[in-house]
Amino acid sequence: MKPYNTFDHTADLGLVIRGASEEDLFANAAYAVFDIITDLGRVEPRETRRILVEGDTPEDLLINFLREVLYLYNGERWLLKEMRVTRIGERVLEAEARGELFDGQKHEICKEIKAVTYHQAQIHKTPDGWTARVIFDV
Amino acid sequence: MSEIKLRRLDEYRWEVPREGAMRVPGIIYASDMLMKAMGKDESPKQVANVAQLPGIVKHSLAMPDMHWGYGFPIGGVAAFDLDGGIISPGGVGYDINCGCRLMMTNIRREEVRPQMAKIVNALFQHVPSGVGSRGALKLSRSDEKRVLVEGARWAVKNGYGSEADLESMEDGGCLPGADPEAVSERALERGKDQVGTLGSGNHFLEVEVVEEIFDKDVASALGIEVGQVAVMVHSGSRGLGHQVCDDYLAKLVKHVDKIGISLPDRQLACAYIQSPEGRQYLSAMACAANYAWANRQMLMHWTGEAIEQALGMGPRDLGMRLVYDVCHNIAKIEEHVVDGKKMTLCVHRKGATRAFPPGHPALPAKYRKTGQPVLIPGDMGTGSYVLVGTEKAMEETFGSTCHGAGRVLSRAAAIKASKGRAIRREMEDRGVLVMAAAKGTLAEEIPEAYKDIDEVVNVVHGAGLSRKVARLRAVGCIKG
Repeated sequence: MKPYNTFDHTADLGLVIRGASEEDLFANAAYAVFDIITDLGRVEPRETRRILVEGDTPEDLLINFLREVLYLYNGERWLLKEMRVTRIGERVLEAEARGELFDGQKHEICKEIKAVTYHQAQIHKTPDGWTARVIFDV
Repeated sequence: MSEIKLRRLDEYRWEVPREGAMRVPGIIYASDMLMKAMGKDESPKQVANVAQLPGIVKHSLAMPDMHWGYGFPIGGVAAFDLDGGIISPGGVGYDINCGCRLMMTNIRREEVRPQMAKIVNALFQHVPSGVGSRGALKLSRSDEKRVLVEGARWAVKNGYGSEADLESMEDGGCLPGADPEAVSERALERGKDQVGTLGSGNHFLEVEVVEEIFDKDVASALGIEVGQVAVMVHSGSRGLGHQVCDDYLAKLVKHVDKIGISLPDRQLACAYIQSPEGRQYLSAMACAANYAWANRQMLMHWTGEAIEQALGMGPRDLGMRLVYDVCHNIAKIEEHVVDGKKMTLCVHRKGATRAFPPGHPALPAKYRKTGQPVLIPGDMGTGSYVLVGTEKAMEETFGSTCHGAGRVLSRAAAIKASKGRAIRREMEDRGVLVMAAAKGTLAEEIPEAYKDIDEVVNVVHGAGLSRKVARLRAVGCIKG
C-alpha cells in the first residue's frame, strides 16, 4: 500500500501522508513527492545528497523539508529514489537523499509540483503512527 | 458548505458580513449559478480571512471566477494602505505576473482553416512548452539580472519584437524598483534557462478567431474585426517567480511571529509595506514580474515566426501586433479614491485583472479613450473575451475584474471525469486542434473542469466592472 493518498483541492494537489514513526513520515513525504513527479522504477540511487532543515513547529519543519526536497528537482534537476531521515529533533532534521540527475533519455516527468504551501498543513500522532496533510502548488 | 453566511446585496453582489477579527466586510461578485459552486468550497472563508489583514481598505473582494486557493482565494482582490498596510507574497501568488497577451493578425479565418494542423505543429515545434521546459536561451547571471531589471524592454533590445510593443503592456512591461539583490541564488538558478518558455499546467498558446463584436467602436479602436485570426498567450514567471514567492513566504512566516501579527492561515504571511522586509519583497516581486514580461515578449516573437513559417509568409503579411498584455497575479502601488479621499494603496490581484477606465493616466494614448483592454481566457479550446475597464471598477473594485473561467473540478476529479475519453478527439469535434506536451495535461484541463466563461464574463459586464468588446473562438491550442 502506498504511504500516501491524494485529496481534492480545486486549485492544487493535496496529500495525506502516513508513517510508522516521525522519521518514517518525513521520508514517506519525500517519497510521495517524487512518486508523483516521476516513474521511480527508472530512477537509480547513484548519488547521495544531504539535507539539513530547521523549523519552529513540526508543520514548519515538514514544509521546510519538502521545500528542500522539491528544490532537488526544481532547482537541480535531480530525482530522488530513497530518503533516509538520520536525525530528527524538535526543531531540526537531517536526512540523506539518494537518487540521480534527471536524464531525458531515461526518465519521465509525469507531473510538475511547483511549491509546497502552508495552507491547512497539519501533522498528527495517531494510535498507529503519524499522519500529515499538505497542499502543493502544481 | 463553508460556515460563512452570505448576504445578498443585489443581482451580482454578495456580502461577507464583518465578523470577529475581520477589519472590513467582504464582497463577492457572482451570479446565482456561480455562487452555488463557490458555496461548496472554502473560498468565501478565504475572503473573510483576507479581511483580517492589517491596513486593508474598504472591502476584501472576490471576482466571479473565484475558487479555493491557499491563503488568498484565487480571484481575490485586496487593497492595503501604504501607511500601516501589508504586502503578502501569498496574495500575489506563486506565479508572479502570470498573465495574458493578445495579438491580432492580418489573416482571416478562411485562410487558416485548411492550414490549422500545420500552424499548430509549427507552434509546438517552435515554442518551448511542457513540464520543466527549458528554453532556447541560457542566460548568464549578468544577463539574467538585466532581464529582471528591464523586463520586456530587455527582450526588445535583444531582437524580440519592437519598441512599439512596450506601450501595449501594463507598466510598459517593466515594474520600477526591481532589485536583483533581493532575488535568491536559487531563484536565479531556476530562471537561467526558462525565459521564453510556456510552462505546463493551465498555461497555453491559443490560435483564435474573432467571432462576435459587442462594441463596434471600441473593437475598431482596438483593431479587432470579425473573422480575424488572433493568438492568446498565457504564461508567467516560471520557476523564478515560484522560487521568489517561496523564499519570501518562508521568511515572512517567521517575520509575522516577530512583529506580532496573528494570522488565520500561515499562507497569508506578510510584512508592512513600508518595512525593510516589505520593501525587499516588492523589489523581488518586481524582478519576477519583469521576467514574466520578457518571457511573454519572447513567446510572442516565436509565435509570429512559427505562423509565418507554417503559412510561408513574411512578417509584413502576417502583420502580428500586440493588442495588450495584462497581469493577473500581482501587487501594484496605485492611487485610488476611497470615500472621497485620494489614497496610495498596494492593490493585490491574485487571479484578477486590472481594469482601468477611459482617461486613466496609466493608459497609453491609444487606449485613453477606450479604457484599458482586459483579456479573459476561457477554458481549453473555448476561446476568450476582450473587455475594457470602467469607472465603476475604479469605484468598487480598485479598478479590477475577473481573470478567467476559474476551476470547479480539482485536477484529480478532472482526470477521473476524463477517463476513457479521447479528449483530443473531442476537442477536434468542437473545431479545436490541440497539442499538449504532457499526456495528463489534457485530462486535467478538460472544459468541464472550469466554470462557464460566458457566465463569468456576463457577471463582470452586468455588474459594470468591465464592458464586453469581443468574443474569440479557439481553433488551435498548444498546452504545456
